[in-house]
Amino acid sequence: MSHDKITLTPEQADAFGRELDAIKERVMADLGEKDANYIRRVIKAQRTLEVGGRALLFAGVLPPAWLAGTAMLGLSKILDNMEIAHSIMHGQYDWMRDPAISSRSIEWDLDVPADIWRPIHDAHHTNSNIVGMDRDFGYGILRVSEGQRWHPYYLGNPVYAFLMMVLFQYGVALYPLEVERICSGEIRLRDKRETLRAIWKKTRRQMLKEYVAFPLLAGPFAPFVFTGNLSANLMRNVWEFMMIMCGHFPDGTREFSVEETRDESRGMWYFRQVLGSANLTGSKTFHLLSGNLSHQIEHHLYPDMPARRYGDIAPEVQEICERYGIPYNTGPLRRQFGTVVRKIVKLSFPESRSLRRTARGKPVDRVPAAA
Amino acid sequence: MSIFHVQHRIRVRVDEAIYGITQHGARRFTQTLTRRVLGSGLVDLLTSPHGVDRYTELVAPTWTLGEARAKVIDVRRSTPRSVTLTLAPNDAFTSAHTVKAGQYVNVKVDIDGRRHTRCYSPANTEGSPNLELTIGLHDGGLVSTYLYERARRGMVVGLAGVGGNFVLPAQRPQRILFVSGGSGITPVMAMLRTLVAERHRGEISFVHYARSPREACYREELAAFKDLPRVRVLHGYTRSGAGDLVGSFGPGHLVAAMRSPDVVFVCGPATLVEAVREHCENMYTESFVPPVFEVPANPSGGRITFSDSGIDVVDDGRPLLEQAESAGLTPQSGCRMGICRTCTQRKTAGTVRNLTTGAVSTGPDEDVQICVSVPVGDVELAA
Repeated sequence: MSHDKITLTPEQADAFGRELDAIKERVMADLGEKDANYIRRVIKAQRTLEVGGRALLFAGVLPPAWLAGTAMLGLSKILDNMEIAHSIMHGQYDWMRDPAISSRSIEWDLDVPADIWRPIHDAHHTNSNIVGMDRDFGYGILRVSEGQRWHPYYLGNPVYAFLMMVLFQYGVALYPLEVERICSGEIRLRDKRETLRAIWKKTRRQMLKEYVAFPLLAGPFAPFVFTGNLSANLMRNVWEFMMIMCGHFPDGTREFSVEETRDESRGMWYFRQVLGSANLTGSKTFHLLSGNLSHQIEHHLYPDMPARRYGDIAPEVQEICERYGIPYNTGPLRRQFGTVVRKIVKLSFPESRSLRRTARGKPVDRVPAAA
Repeated sequence: MSIFHVQHRIRVRVDEAIYGITQHGARRFTQTLTRRVLGSGLVDLLTSPHGVDRYTELVAPTWTLGEARAKVIDVRRSTPRSVTLTLAPNDAFTSAHTVKAGQYVNVKVDIDGRRHTRCYSPANTEGSPNLELTIGLHDGGLVSTYLYERARRGMVVGLAGVGGNFVLPAQRPQRILFVSGGSGITPVMAMLRTLVAERHRGEISFVHYARSPREACYREELAAFKDLPRVRVLHGYTRSGAGDLVGSFGPGHLVAAMRSPDVVFVCGPATLVEAVREHCENMYTESFVPPVFEVPANPSGGRITFSDSGIDVVDDGRPLLEQAESAGLTPQSGCRMGICRTCTQRKTAGTVRNLTTGAVSTGPDEDVQICVSVPVGDVELAA
């Protein structure tokens, strides 16, 4: 899919921006007790699943208990990371003024400290899909667009992606180190020493909890707890990797160049967020388990709106986009993830000569710069 | 009464005493044990990164080691414009705080999903296990209206900090005059109850102004105090003539209450405080009515930088808290009048002026109360 022709005139962009602003204003004015009760209910469900799952794993010698315990613990981690912590870190619930639910103080059951990850993630939202500025674009590891010049290193593209999926929790932890900038000599490892120390402190504690403390508490059943915890973490890793890859890399999402986004208007910023993101269709439970990142487009338009509201406004956003001729990329998980896998495999090889020439000359999907 | 009866009585008393001690000891022991276990490094690791409170609070909201909270165990609406709440604070509060009679506590209440903090002076005797808050309804008061209409038994509120210098001197003065108006009765009621419980040997006069007898808080209890020797209670009603005192506070009321008291404690509207100040020396006062700020006519036009959020705005002369909120930030705030210190933020650079005290903070890395501070030129806050 290519959207070479899609763009908005400055006037259209302003009108588009105003319509999207109006939705935000309306929803934000309506926030209240029901949203507060919702997030507290999700937190309660997560804690219950976690405690229940860990308790069942202590009886993990019985296969059904091991399976149920692992599944519950895995689900708890998914809820914790996505619908709870990720949402709260975006400040979606800061209006509640509850320090336990505040973007500044929330922590998550993941190997990177929240306050180190948050600013980098915020930068991804600002610069999303601008090649060279958005560090989430391929994460400095993968080739996800023909705009990234091919190099023999990329022959390993599918392998890197697989490792990223399985070791997701550690990938996320290493992400703030900006390894690619260290490799290119732009910064030195020494500059990141403090960050590295803080990350290691969190990672070590997480490992100690999952693979030493809880197994030892189980005494003779330690192996069951150990393997249960390992599997729950793996389950979380695979699921969250899939959700995240489906957010920006299915067929049809677009990348932008630094030049074309220079001095972009608010309307064009929204335009870029829509074109750079992709949604997933599914049931209510599916949306909850995706942390409502199945509504990636809405999340990128309104990162600080409580995620439970994305589903309500999605039809309206889609309708507005259609009116402006902006493609609204959505589909079921198997299709969206399928196109991601195909892209990763395909881009591990160089393009044919003719294609490469275009790719080298300029970004593939070029749009005239916004006013 | 035979000797056996006396012996029996003594034995019962002793048994009760021992039972009381062991029961108390057992409770202390369980409390210490719970604290030790839940606060241990292992439990902290097992519940990381969220911490043990985030789990125990789901079983019972007041089961928190770190956060001071209280359960509302009784709600009474004894006058048409006030509600009296009895709060049972959790161990996190009682082990960290003692409330002296006359001091206030910061109470946190969630209304429509948003947390609000207000200062209330408990009216209970100093040292009692529960806190008693009597909250007067006043027009436009969000938290007071909410509690008046919606407070119910079992509700949980947050507690944050205790403060205030409006307290009885440790060396109790002999002749004490209390003057209060409306819901300003609570801190002086706490002092009166405390003195009565202490069997104060000096003279006490208690003057209270309310709109009408129906709206006078603690009227029955105060009436009972009238029977005590050396305690005098006088009521003045501003909207009915049925009181002991007529009109507003003046020399006549002072003569009726107590001539040249050693010390006077006043809590109520500014007009009452001023009237008392005119006629009395050695006066202590507390006011929970927001001060009227004199917002500078010429805003400094300096740049206010909220460094953590990466936001900066041009000063428009209003307090920093309001300007932060206008910029879309949601800093913690409480009383919004410079009392509770919930809003305190670290000022990393620049100069600000406190509107209530007039104090000017110029140094870097000073904590300022942003609800009552305005910039004097460029300011950088760590918010």
